[in-house]
Amino acid sequence: MSTPLRLKELSKKEDLLTGGHRLCSGCGAPIIVRQVLLAAEVPVVAANATGCLEVSTSIFPYTAWKIPWIHSAFENAAATISGVEAMYKALKRKGKIDRKIKFIAFGGDGGTYDIGFQSLSGAMERGHDIVYICYDNGAYMNTGIQRSSATPLGANTTTSPAGSVIPGKLQPRKNLTKIMAAHGIPYVAQTTPAHWRDLMTKVRKALDVDGPAFINVLASCNRGWRTPTNTTIQDTKLAVETCYWPLYEYENGRLKINYKPKEKKPIVEFLKTQGRFKHLFSPGNEHILEKIQELVDAEWEALLREESLYSEEG
Amino acid sequence: MGKKLAVTGNQAIAEAMRQINPDVCAAYPITPSTEVMQRFAAFVADGKVGTELVTVESEHSAMSACIGASAAGGRVMTATSSQGLALMWEMLHIASGMRLPVVMTLVNRALSAPINIHGDHSDGMGSRDCGWIQLYSENAQEAYDNLIQAIRIAEHESVRLPAMVCMDGFIISHSIESMEFLPDETVKEFIGEFKPTHPLLDVDNPVTYGPLVLPDYFIEFKRAQHEAMSHVKDVVLEVAKEFEKISGRSYGLFESYRLDDADIAIVILNSAAGTAKDVIDVFRDKGLKVGLLKPRLFRPFPYEEVAQALANVKVIGVLDRAESLGGFGPMFMEIASAMMTNGSNPLMVNKIYGLGGRDFMPEHAEAVINELKEIMDTGKVKVLKEYIGVRE
Amino acid sequence: MKLKGWKELEIGAVIPEPGNADNYNTGSWRAFRPQWIEDNCIQCLFCWIYCPDSAVTVKDGKRGEFDYDHCKGCGICANECPGKKGNKAIVMVEEGK
Repeated sequence: MSTPLRLKELSKKEDLLTGGHRLCSGCGAPIIVRQVLLAAEVPVVAANATGCLEVSTSIFPYTAWKIPWIHSAFENAAATISGVEAMYKALKRKGKIDRKIKFIAFGGDGGTYDIGFQSLSGAMERGHDIVYICYDNGAYMNTGIQRSSATPLGANTTTSPAGSVIPGKLQPRKNLTKIMAAHGIPYVAQTTPAHWRDLMTKVRKALDVDGPAFINVLASCNRGWRTPTNTTIQDTKLAVETCYWPLYEYENGRLKINYKPKEKKPIVEFLKTQGRFKHLFSPGNEHILEKIQELVDAEWEALLREESLYSEEG
Repeated sequence: MGKKLAVTGNQAIAEAMRQINPDVCAAYPITPSTEVMQRFAAFVADGKVGTELVTVESEHSAMSACIGASAAGGRVMTATSSQGLALMWEMLHIASGMRLPVVMTLVNRALSAPINIHGDHSDGMGSRDCGWIQLYSENAQEAYDNLIQAIRIAEHESVRLPAMVCMDGFIISHSIESMEFLPDETVKEFIGEFKPTHPLLDVDNPVTYGPLVLPDYFIEFKRAQHEAMSHVKDVVLEVAKEFEKISGRSYGLFESYRLDDADIAIVILNSAAGTAKDVIDVFRDKGLKVGLLKPRLFRPFPYEEVAQALANVKVIGVLDRAESLGGFGPMFMEIASAMMTNGSNPLMVNKIYGLGGRDFMPEHAEAVINELKEIMDTGKVKVLKEYIGVRE
Repeated sequence: MKLKGWKELEIGAVIPEPGNADNYNTGSWRAFRPQWIEDNCIQCLFCWIYCPDSAVTVKDGKRGEFDYDHCKGCGICANECPGKKGNKAIVMVEEGK
């Protein structure tokens, strides 16, 4: 019997990420990790890509992890956990281990969308029984807010600065969730820690499948987003209400949108609270705001269309 | 006793891996080591090993998966060459820093550019500072024997470091020679069971691997790694002694050939040593006291022992099949360090040969020995570092 | 903490004490401290599930005091707290006041 996804019941479980880690005040990453580990009902072993989460939770001689955990490098969390999972299979086959253990890799958008993309794609294609969780805060925050391929159009980062000629990042972000869905793996989803029940339901589904799963989780970063420390959850909720970050999943290739806002909020509601987009509200940059709205609308409409194909099938 | 068969070097390595039967193998194909994993994949497919084979998408991921698998708590092996090793470079340091006894065959091949698929030692030498134990092998027999011993050396409780066994690409990997295999059971008994330390899969005792270590502790961990390296020499000799009992073949830290009374010595690695030995015999017949030292253990380098073996030699010619552009060849630097710290002061020259698989011919060895004799007679070194077998 | 010498260290920088970061105090980072007003608390536990620092203690499904050794004072809990009849059960108070 798995723990019901009610906070009262979940709070009776042991927190597998302790306090005392050195992530910034109000960081979204540890909220995600806590929820992921609370959702798991079997022992898990985790690999972590280099990044904020990794460095801040494992400053020697301290570790915030109460589960077996390994960090080896930046671009290879998926390959590292592949090795752990392969050893599990080998030892299980040889009768040296008989417990059910599941495997999770954590990476930021840098370690997942960019430098770790090949390793992720390879691990997913090989069919390892692993869950890869990307906490996407939309830039290389650990090294000081440099743009990544997850950085949204127009965002001001230290390598896509809003200058007098170039107004922030010129390219829209890469849609990694869709790319992972195109791998044809059993489970792919997108969620946020604000939607804790959605997140935990998805983690359980991902852990339950026999094979690879990928979950893309939007994480706010107060330093990079230029937001107050207390709006972490509020900001990610806005991302969902504006359809910047729709909650959806692919189960065996079939799309399901998990939440449809009754009234889709304009994207400026999401952008205006964040300092990284401040320059977009200056005269002359209206077209960028319009472009961002177009991109959001196009993605949302495409998702609705795709989902409707399945509902027509019945 | 074992059976004698004519095989390629790669085949010998694949056979050793079959007998070792590691828990996990993660590898990516690259010439000239590809055949090792191809043959091994066939063993997996035919159920001849219980190994979980992870056919990764790059060598970087190969070593990353090896690291994950080794930390998980089992025996792990792989093989690569050249660019593959170069792509692994980052992870080589991490495997050794985490003290994971991964064992890898390195089929030596030149590094690009220009791209070249043939044998030289630039890959191995380029990774000499990665914290791996390195054993070099003259032929398929030595590569096979070294690989089996490497398991014991790497996993020894006073060592716990990764090890690579090197043999020359094509010259050895693809040439057929007659060699002797040990019986499967003998190998199994010799290597014994893998004993994990802090396995990740022990979920009741969770451990953290790969934490961030700041200036308050980093140098202490390197000091501990240095200590482990310093135990390797003794372990290599101890394992060699046991190996001799099961095989009848004896190994040391290096091979000395007609060196006891030599005035002139050649230091040379791997397959070219065979050619050099033949030429030395010819000179010995003519009365010239020339000998050869062929390092086996290159990392850690046995400075004292090498210096003692060369202590009475007047002139040393160090032949490097790798470049350190802007410096001496890597082997020369080691031999010079060994002699200097030993207080010996022989005349020395460095010859760069065989890069990109250029054949090392008897006439090359002959010319070197003639030059060394001239240096001995005149007491003068004309050129300290020079390429041989190269067109003007 | 007394620093260990190299001979005393665990092999390969492995940390065999799971969750020992619990012994590390991050409470001193706080500029504002959350204050729990029990009377306004509806026990929704949003503060607990959204806390980045595992700094909301819960016993038998009911929240207890903040763990001020680890709370960094981000204020997410206060922001997300629905309170009772418009009155928050968590308010942020400047440290030292």
